[in-house]
Amino acid sequence: MHADRDKGAGTGGGAAGSTLLSQASEDAVAPYTEGDPILQVRGLAKHYPLTQGILFKRQIGAVRAVDGVDFDLYAGETLGIVGESGCGKSTVAKMLVHLERPTAGAIRYKGEDISKLSGRALKAVRRNIQMVFQDPYTSLNPRMTVGDIIGEPYEIHPEVAPKGSRRQKVQDLLDVVGLNPEYINRYPHQFSGGQRQRIGIARGLALNPEIIVADEPVSALDVSVQAQVVNLLDRLQAEFNLSFVFIAHDLSIVRHISDRVGVMYLGRIVEIGSDAEIYDHPTHPYTQALLSAVPVPDPTAREHRERIILHGDVPSPANIPSGCRFRTRCWKAQERCELEVPLLAVPAEFRHVDTPARHDSACHFAEEKRVVPPEGELEIPGPAEAPGDGETSEAEGDERS
Amino acid sequence: MLLEVRDLYVEFHTREGVAKAVNGVNYSVAEGETLAVLGESGSGKSVTAQAVMGILDMPPGKIAGGEILFKGQDLLKAKPDERRKIRGQEMAMIFQDALSSLNPVLTVGQQLGEMFVVHRGMSRKDAKAKAIELMDRVRIPAAKERVNQYPHQFSGGMRQRIMIAMAMALEPSLIIADEPTTALDVTVQAQVMDLLAELQRELNMGLILITHDLGVVADVADKIAVMYAGRIVETAPVHEIYKAPAHPYTKGLLQSIPRLDQKGRELYAIQGLPPNLTRIPPGCAFNPRCPMAQDVCRSDVPPLYEVDEQRRSACHFWKETLDAR
Ligand SMILES: Nc1ncnc2c1ncn2[C@@H]1O[C@H](COP(=O)(O)OP(=O)(O)OP(=O)(O)O)[C@@H](O)[C@H]1O
Ligand SMILES: Nc1ncnc2c1ncn2[C@@H]1O[C@H](COP(=O)(O)OP(=O)(O)OP(=O)(O)O)[C@@H](O)[C@H]1O
Ligand code: SF4
Ligand code: SF4
Ligand SMILES: [Mg+2]
Ligand SMILES: [Mg+2]
Repeated sequence: MHADRDKGAGTGGGAAGSTLLSQASEDAVAPYTEGDPILQVRGLAKHYPLTQGILFKRQIGAVRAVDGVDFDLYAGETLGIVGESGCGKSTVAKMLVHLERPTAGAIRYKGEDISKLSGRALKAVRRNIQMVFQDPYTSLNPRMTVGDIIGEPYEIHPEVAPKGSRRQKVQDLLDVVGLNPEYINRYPHQFSGGQRQRIGIARGLALNPEIIVADEPVSALDVSVQAQVVNLLDRLQAEFNLSFVFIAHDLSIVRHISDRVGVMYLGRIVEIGSDAEIYDHPTHPYTQALLSAVPVPDPTAREHRERIILHGDVPSPANIPSGCRFRTRCWKAQERCELEVPLLAVPAEFRHVDTPARHDSACHFAEEKRVVPPEGELEIPGPAEAPGDGETSEAEGDERS
Repeated sequence: MLLEVRDLYVEFHTREGVAKAVNGVNYSVAEGETLAVLGESGSGKSVTAQAVMGILDMPPGKIAGGEILFKGQDLLKAKPDERRKIRGQEMAMIFQDALSSLNPVLTVGQQLGEMFVVHRGMSRKDAKAKAIELMDRVRIPAAKERVNQYPHQFSGGMRQRIMIAMAMALEPSLIIADEPTTALDVTVQAQVMDLLAELQRELNMGLILITHDLGVVADVADKIAVMYAGRIVETAPVHEIYKAPAHPYTKGLLQSIPRLDQKGRELYAIQGLPPNLTRIPPGCAFNPRCPMAQDVCRSDVPPLYEVDEQRRSACHFWKETLDAR
């Protein structure tokens, strides 16, 4: 799909992160050619000021919610972003769709930095990058009909669907996400969680975007309903050649859906690579600990699986440790980790060998360690015979509530 | 048997009608054993647990039938003060949301110490020492200093550990943990589950772990009870159920989870939605979503068939389900 991986995220690499304030140097617009990443994120940061005092607010520090994030997104691929609560995933998502303004860094869409655009130019690009939110219960306005919710983006971008054609467009979208088009006049409370998430997805698709940023789109759903929505996202991606940034804390779902995966810790990506590189050949201690902590649905695994139990808590983003930000919890930390920021790049020891361990990892002492049992070793009932695609769900949807 | 729930029925009288939240639940836990209660949102896991603890909202809730035997005694027939005593000392519950179950205006030490003052008649000073000991035991760093802090000064994982400390303070024989790690990150979840398992072993407690995470179940449970629409549809020792489920719903759940060890093809998705509890379908409640449903499923409620000595399945076609794998 993307010819040259080496061109990928690592090149822009940690360099951008460590020189936060030096404006991303490569602002010049390189012509976009097919095969280039559709989105290039470099040195992206969001710092929220911490203030003290009521009358005279003075800044006493900053919450470095996002602190130098680099990645590429290619057309038609899914980049998964995982990490624990508070590591900055949602803040990255919000910057990508212009709900937050970056403190520093660049977001290049087809070569052009869109993070500093405004007015008409911004409006034109925004259309192409849409967001699907986590919570199907609160992200939909309860007083609007489903038709109005899904059609709302057309108020801002009437050029996509002239007034007369909107109803039809919305009904088509309902159909695409597997909801009955006749439900157009219903209200959100008349739908189940999974159906509401479909409404959110339909809305995200309304403007025919190229990129969808999905922030925990299935986290609030039950297992059986979650599978329906994940399948829908898979299908839509193939059908419309969408690029996805898929954010979640559930590592199994991210593996299922992603071509490449980035692991975040305290505002930075610490490791990024293909799904197999990250899950089967992780080299960063944090990724290894994270993966080893995921309970796998196989009781026979509990005896022979190694668990890396991390001690202590994640430091506050207002007070990030010097050097490697993971060092306060890392069992391998040494003096160098305190003094020197590890850059997100292919570690030297793997640079010239042909191995799946050769991918970007921000660790001075990166080494491969397998923590997920190899495929086939888990004893789980075989693959499904009859995949239900959830098309029937709306038929019974009336049942609930 | 430490706890045995027999044919329990709970209803809620609401404006929309009677919601049959629990419809004949049967499960049991022995000392030192971990029972995982698994099921989707609204399947009646928490309501059953609340009935066991005696903390059900009544009204609107109503226990419409059944027995809850704790060490042989039917709790539903026990006098209120007896019940309260058992609840205080012999059973304890850990909730999903630690922040809202801790009192924000009391220090963590006061809340932990309270247990010993009320139930053991200790002095404040001794109780505080006990609190520090407990905090040490659940691995809160610098317990001596932190005993005087308030809940909001603790992280989510630490608050959950405080809840665990509180639950085990009086060394109960049964702990019910209702989604104790759902709100936590995986690395913190691992810490908390580790701790819970260790304490359980040490005190030889019975543990009922309520969860919807099939991974967590596989990790810690001895046996499982799968709930659907207020019923137990399958119970079995943990190894057996993962190898070969005997109920189509369990099987569907196991197949619908994405896997950590491979990139996905299309996921199996159980069609449709769980039923509205005021209008549970006749026959088998799962029949509108079941790929194996036959006419008999739409007319006859399946009893909890005995698959073998340790397994039960509420499916007319449990044999076919077992064979079909
Ligand atoms: N408006 C704000 N002002 C100050 N701090 C903020 C603000 N928004 C977010 N933060 C902080 O920034 C950090 C990152 O938050 P973010 O919501 O991006 O995390 P996340 O990775 O999405 O977490 P979760 O998995 O819990 O959704 C957190 O520490 C959060 O408290
Ligand atoms: N106080 C109440 N009043 C009315 N209905 C209630 C009450 N408490 C619970 N119910 C209903 O009983 C049913 C079972 O609820 P319960 O909380 O046991 O589900 P659960 O299996 O614990 O789900 P979850 O995984 O979402 O916690 C639900 O349909 C719920 O709406
Ligand atoms: S750089 Fe050091 S502290 Fe950071 S992850 Fe690597 S070994 Fe651990
Ligand atoms: S009784 Fe019938 S409908 Fe119910 S689970 Fe078994 S086969 Fe399916
Ligand atoms: Mg978030
Ligand atoms: Mg519950």
